[in-house]
Amino acid sequence: MSIEIRNIAKRFGNFVALDDVSLSIPTGELVALLGPSGCGKTTLLRIIAGMETADEGQVMFEGSEATHLHARERQVGFVFQHYALFRHMNVFENVAFGLRVKPRKERPSESEIRKRVMDLLSLVQLDWLADRYPTQLSGGQRQRIALARALAVEPKVLLLDEPFGALDTKVRKELRRWLRRLHDEMHISSVFVTHDQEEALEVADRVVVMNKGRIEQVGSPDEVYSNPASPFVYQFLGNVNVFHSRVHGAWAEVARDDVPAGQEAVAFIRPHDIDIDTVATPESLEAKVSYVQTIGPLVRVEVIHQGELVEVELTRERQQVLGLTAGQQVWLKPRQVKVFANGEGAVAPAQAQEKQPFLF
Amino acid sequence: MSAKKNNVLPGFGLALGYTLVYLSVLVLIPLGGLVLKSTALTFAQFWDIATTERALAAYRVTFGASALAAVINAFFGLIVAWVLVRYDFPGKRLIDSFVDLPFALPTAVAGITLATLYSTNGWIGKYLEPLGLKVAYTPLGIVVALTFIGLPFVVRTLQPVIEDIEPEVEEAAATLGASRWQTFRRIIFPAIFPALLTGFALSFSRAVGEYGSVIFIAGNMPLISEITPLLIISKLEQYDYVGATALAVVMLGISFVLLLAINGLQWWAANRHNNRNTGGEQ
Amino acid sequence: MSVRRANTEPAWVRYTLLTLAFAFLALFLGVPLAAVFAEALRGGWEAYVNGLLDPEARSAVTLTLAVAAIAVPLNVAFGIAASWAIAKFEFRGKSLLITLIDLPFAVSPVIAGLIFVLMFGAQGYFGPWLAEHDVKIVFAVPGIILATLFVTFPFVAREMIPLMQAQGKDEEEAAVSLGASGFQMFWRVTLPNIKWGLLYGVILANARAMGEFGAVSVVSGHIRGETNTLPLHVEILYNEYNAIGAFASASVLALLALVTLVAKTLVEWRMRAETAMLTAELPPEKTN
Repeated sequence: MSIEIRNIAKRFGNFVALDDVSLSIPTGELVALLGPSGCGKTTLLRIIAGMETADEGQVMFEGSEATHLHARERQVGFVFQHYALFRHMNVFENVAFGLRVKPRKERPSESEIRKRVMDLLSLVQLDWLADRYPTQLSGGQRQRIALARALAVEPKVLLLDEPFGALDTKVRKELRRWLRRLHDEMHISSVFVTHDQEEALEVADRVVVMNKGRIEQVGSPDEVYSNPASPFVYQFLGNVNVFHSRVHGAWAEVARDDVPAGQEAVAFIRPHDIDIDTVATPESLEAKVSYVQTIGPLVRVEVIHQGELVEVELTRERQQVLGLTAGQQVWLKPRQVKVFANGEGAVAPAQAQEKQPFLF
Repeated sequence: MSAKKNNVLPGFGLALGYTLVYLSVLVLIPLGGLVLKSTALTFAQFWDIATTERALAAYRVTFGASALAAVINAFFGLIVAWVLVRYDFPGKRLIDSFVDLPFALPTAVAGITLATLYSTNGWIGKYLEPLGLKVAYTPLGIVVALTFIGLPFVVRTLQPVIEDIEPEVEEAAATLGASRWQTFRRIIFPAIFPALLTGFALSFSRAVGEYGSVIFIAGNMPLISEITPLLIISKLEQYDYVGATALAVVMLGISFVLLLAINGLQWWAANRHNNRNTGGEQ
Repeated sequence: MSVRRANTEPAWVRYTLLTLAFAFLALFLGVPLAAVFAEALRGGWEAYVNGLLDPEARSAVTLTLAVAAIAVPLNVAFGIAASWAIAKFEFRGKSLLITLIDLPFAVSPVIAGLIFVLMFGAQGYFGPWLAEHDVKIVFAVPGIILATLFVTFPFVAREMIPLMQAQGKDEEEAAVSLGASGFQMFWRVTLPNIKWGLLYGVILANARAMGEFGAVSVVSGHIRGETNTLPLHVEILYNEYNAIGAFASASVLALLALVTLVAKTLVEWRMRAETAMLTAELPPEKTN
């Protein structure tokens, strides 16, 4: 089922949780709502689920108005951050709940319920836990039961609120891949909320980056990572070096005080987008190595350029060639830079798409 | 209602509506009626009724005995709570539940029993008689009854607070060279003081309004051992509704002040707790 | 040489405190409780049983049970409604409402009775109207029920409010999103979660409803065989110097108190076990 969100606004007292948010989610996609806490992502999810009512705007399901549809009529499966399993029911009864509360006419027979629940439990690979109570399960198991319970009513949309937030790293990675496979098998639209960029980039078809109640960017994981639409997205997704620069038309000058002031701007360069060399090349910046550290397959080099710390990531092979040590004189050259006017969005999106001509 | 809009759960209007109607019909309107009735008096008339010699004596007896009983309960309640939390002894859980007896035992039963026990030939009274101590039918009897009634309050407010004291804090004090008494006085007592005060106030507040357990043992001599609630009843029995109302309004005002004080104390205790726990979750 | 832990007192202090605590509890709780039964049985079993079988005593028991049977369910309904609104929804004036619910605890029982006399008595606000329509509230059973409702008013609500607040509303929201109707959600999810807290409130409210003296005494009119509850019956017999009869009835109430304490303790243990289970550490992750 496709979901369309039109101009949704939501305030809690003076706090603006969502500010004119529009988004469309085509059928069958797995979408991540990504952002820091308080950015409105959970509120948006709860509005889609009907748990929360928007102050303004519309929610459309499959092209038809659903804004005022009650949560129980929306046919959405909702998975809560802290699972919200019914603590006095065993696993079987938890999953069966949605079937048992159906009106008598639609309610499946007891044997059908049994079969459906056991099928779902084997889908989440926990059929051996049917008689246990929620308190006897580990966090990962609870999460999978919560998912099975949400799927029991055959929802058209699956909504997950920080589904892996309370789990430890190893279980989290496993469940992530498992959710992806499950989504592909079920042929439904799924939306999940997360504050973990790695999670969003790894699992989702599309990532919606949110900040302060607004959508900053919507795109494939690769798009939002390699082509961030705003300084916020740049900084939220991955490490970045920030240079305060000036812009003259399409030309940016980074950190050169003797040039007359143009428009205030900021340049962003990812640590792995910087070339480092031991000899000066044209248009390169002089710097001094302050620290070299090998982290797994990468080598992180911290250099000082005009009093500012710049982070550079190299492959092990490159470091073997260069043999950098602390105190050494080096020259930097960015491969890819993105410049944004200070305090605003991109200077000019059209130009920002390409590599900025840079003058050092 | 605005709450309705933000919440998918049903029943808010019905639940709140029912709550407000029920609360109004049963509590607010009748109490309002009492206050309204007293406004039929001019302030001078009200003052005269509220400060007759007999009324003043009744306040003295009521508040004096209540305060004394609350002090006794604060002292022994602290010991009982400490013993129940910190020491192990056989039958501990049984005794712990037994502390609530005064909550569960109807006050009339407590009243006739205490009166019998402390009368000159009662189980306890007969040993006090030779010492020249008369308890039943004297103000002292009122203190005994009010002590019984207020006993659980201090114990029950202190227990969770004593349980919450982290043993590490005491161990730290000990490693820094404090004696056990110094640790108690400087570390433990300040931590439990708000709760002790709350327990005292609860016990006092309950005692001020108490009627059933007191009237049997008090002797009910005007000016000597007559409590305010009893004075209200005797006015009522003489169909002096205005007089009863005036005294009731005085009592109600005092109860209200006590309720506010208790809420304030609890807020203070909770806030101190929060400040100590800054950096914790929530 | 005995090794003493850093956070215990010297032995002599411990024994002194234990002795003081035991002596205090024995003097103020143990001896009175024993005395109730001793006094009741002072005249032997026969006198005791006769005291209990007295028709007036039996009608007092009936009235007491009837009053509790009406007052407790009404306050349960109120307690559930109030805690539902307070714990699951946000609205202005919530803390004032919580304070007002506690108000009857702060009011003297005598005043609790007096206010209903002022409302419904012969000289009360509604007195003339009631007399005209031949309805008796004060000095009749309805007055006793009203006074009992007032004094037991907060019990259920104040147990349930913190409990429901602690449980949050996730489970109810999950039930709704799975298609449950309001009634199904309440019956299948909310009620099972609050049943022990509810029972606890009921036990306390019931004990107070059956044992209330002051408030009921003001509104009852003490009509024998009609408006005498058991505690009032105890008073009348005692004032008539029928100590054995008074204590026989008192022993029934004392027994009720003991049953209350046992039931309350069992529910407390049960609730503690459940809290412990809920807050227990998660079992280690297992991947099958």
